[in-house]
Amino acid sequence: MILGVSIYEILTLTSILFFIGVYGFITRTNLISMLISVELILNSSVVNFVVINKYLFPEVLQGVFFSVFIIAVAAAETALAIAIIINLYRLISSVEVKDTEVMKY
Amino acid sequence: MEKILFYILAIIMIVFAIASVSSRKMLRSVVYLLFVLIGMAGIYFLIDYNFLAAIQLTVYAGGIIVLMIFSVLLIHHIEMELEVAKTIKKLITAIACLAGLGIFLATIYSHPFNVIENSNSTTISEIGKGFLSYEAGGFILPFEVISVLLLAAMIGAIVIAKGTKKSEVKK
Repeated sequence: MILGVSIYEILTLTSILFFIGVYGFITRTNLISMLISVELILNSSVVNFVVINKYLFPEVLQGVFFSVFIIAVAAAETALAIAIIINLYRLISSVEVKDTEVMKY
Repeated sequence: MEKILFYILAIIMIVFAIASVSSRKMLRSVVYLLFVLIGMAGIYFLIDYNFLAAIQLTVYAGGIIVLMIFSVLLIHHIEMELEVAKTIKKLITAIACLAGLGIFLATIYSHPFNVIENSNSTTISEIGKGFLSYEAGGFILPFEVISVLLLAAMIGAIVIAKGTKKSEVKK
């Protein structure tokens, strides 16, 4: 654990990052920018897993395992999303949400 | 010392996260996201999970950010500025997010956490043994499932990104 830093301060930091991600996800109108916001949300939850493991249950490692799984799923999700975005750009020459009417070709 | 480091990291992360969701140039917003992810790796170093910090740096900073920069360069002109949402929409979203943050913080601060004072440090071999043990509490099955998932996602990404061209679709 970090000397002199309580669990409340770290949870406050991750909550702030989570809501910045939510704000970006709602206000952005571009697919890649929305992906960036999703990364922020996922990352703040990963930090929560690790911090709760370290501060409350230091004798087990379950939080570390789950955060590694979340990172792996996030990497797969990003790769697929970028593949879809690039394919969409080749179909309709745009990545704006309002132009994305057909995802099925 | 560690307290000061934590606050510096926290301020850097929050400032760059806000910059990343409000910047109007897409490449810049990806680079700001990179700073937030490196700050998170710094927090993992501070709470002594060096393995996770290394994973964060290699997978996010090394893999995902590079992938995003490539896709931005493929589909965008660097100088192009993004559309901004309407001010009223921004305002309503900001108010809703602040309300949600308030609820989160009220819940967190009213919950008495049973913190155990410790300075355990975790070695990589412990994490590896936990991942590959097939006894009670081992994680070998999810570990294998996640590797199959990554393989499937990779093949799917290749198939989707190959796609069909616009001229072929019209026929």
